[in-house]
Amino acid sequence: MPTFFERRQLVTPGDLLAEGAYIPGDNTYKEDKKIYASRLGLVEYEDKKVNVVALKAFYVPMVGDTVIGTIVEVGFNGWTVNINSPYPALLRASDVLSRPFRPQRNDLSEVLNIGDLVIGKIVAYDRAHDPQLTVGEPGLGKITRGQVVEITPSKIPRLIGRKGSMISMIKEETGCHIILGHNGMILVTGKSLENEQMAIMAIHKIEEESHTAGLTDRIAQMIEEEKTKQEG
Amino acid sequence: MSKKPEKLIDKKGLRLDGRKPDELRPIEIEVGVLPNTDGSAYIRQGKNKILAAVYGPREMHPKHLALPDRTVLRCRYHMAPFSVQERKSPAPSRRDIELSKVIREALEPSVFLEYYPRTGIDIYIEVLEADGGTRCASITAASLALAEAGIPMQDLVVACAAGKVDDTIVLDLMDTEDKVGEADVPVALMPNLNAITLLQMDGILSLEEFEKAVNLALEGCRKIYPMQKEALKAKYVNVEEVEE
Repeated sequence: MPTFFERRQLVTPGDLLAEGAYIPGDNTYKEDKKIYASRLGLVEYEDKKVNVVALKAFYVPMVGDTVIGTIVEVGFNGWTVNINSPYPALLRASDVLSRPFRPQRNDLSEVLNIGDLVIGKIVAYDRAHDPQLTVGEPGLGKITRGQVVEITPSKIPRLIGRKGSMISMIKEETGCHIILGHNGMILVTGKSLENEQMAIMAIHKIEEESHTAGLTDRIAQMIEEEKTKQEG
Repeated sequence: MSKKPEKLIDKKGLRLDGRKPDELRPIEIEVGVLPNTDGSAYIRQGKNKILAAVYGPREMHPKHLALPDRTVLRCRYHMAPFSVQERKSPAPSRRDIELSKVIREALEPSVFLEYYPRTGIDIYIEVLEADGGTRCASITAASLALAEAGIPMQDLVVACAAGKVDDTIVLDLMDTEDKVGEADVPVALMPNLNAITLLQMDGILSLEEFEKAVNLALEGCRKIYPMQKEALKAKYVNVEEVEE
């Protein structure tokens, strides 16, 4: 049962990763007991499971994910939201408005208009239907302040870090409130523009250097330097 | 137009551009050249210059063309008016439409179409300069663009042509050889799965010659494949270096 690559080596689609009793994980497929990569990325061998961490991927909706999206269409019964995935998400008017509403009377664009940003949670999605959003939970709804940054969705787990170590460090150091959308959109709200800028810089740095070791420490150091620069 | 040469292979057994019969033209490939696309690639094979761009998977427009069980792969092969010596009309010609179909069908087996139903993937291929064997170079570039767009694939597709010129089986025909020579056999291959996704023949070959030509073309594909892979990785080399 050989494996053909070192851990964290760059592989291209079609590369033979392992042969024998291995289980195909993310971005891999199995054929004739052989496991191949299906995306460009870095291999990870975890016991019997072979994963490829994609360097570039698009967001595929999953039920329970928190996402940040832009309203692209106001309909009679709800809104269409662009969530950076191949599928547009639907947000129903009855979910947003608690009072009874009649499409004839209420103008939905007064509540949410095209271009507005919303934080939502995916409540339903399958192959046959477009994802449906809800904003009826604490922390969800229209975004009124802060800045939204976009990164490749496959790097969100790295930004969270092991047990949230990375993201809590950034939150603590910059004093910003950060909401991660699983679709790669991130909302940063801080006390001042400088704080937000610092957090955004850190996020971009993580995206660029997501495969390097000891990143958390380096990011902390970077923020520290930024801070002293601003004070000085 | 240039005159028709009398001999395509000289006494030393070399071709018009000094290549040996089983020699490829110099190839240069670059990935991620168009920032506005999801994935892109640029290939130079001899005098060929081809750009490939990929968008998607995204919502299918017009919507009635979307399929409930899989992604629709659309492909447009287009030759720029200035890509050939005599100006080519920019409108899609019969040949453009046929090559679009042929290239699409060569790439389709490599993509996991069933992963993203009701969506569409668009491939745009622009031939900036043509010198024979553009369909093969286009397939090689388009496959890279697909990979760069993060679309799940079984394997990269690499293509190369072989043919018969002056009674000799030669690899990677250029325009003059293609037009004056006796036959042209383009082949596309998924190297890791050892599966052929495109096989055409234009001209007349005996059974043995055909077999020889296919094998030579496959050999050519396997020579191009490492370059293709290298080009795809090259974009992320910086990432790799930081790691160590």
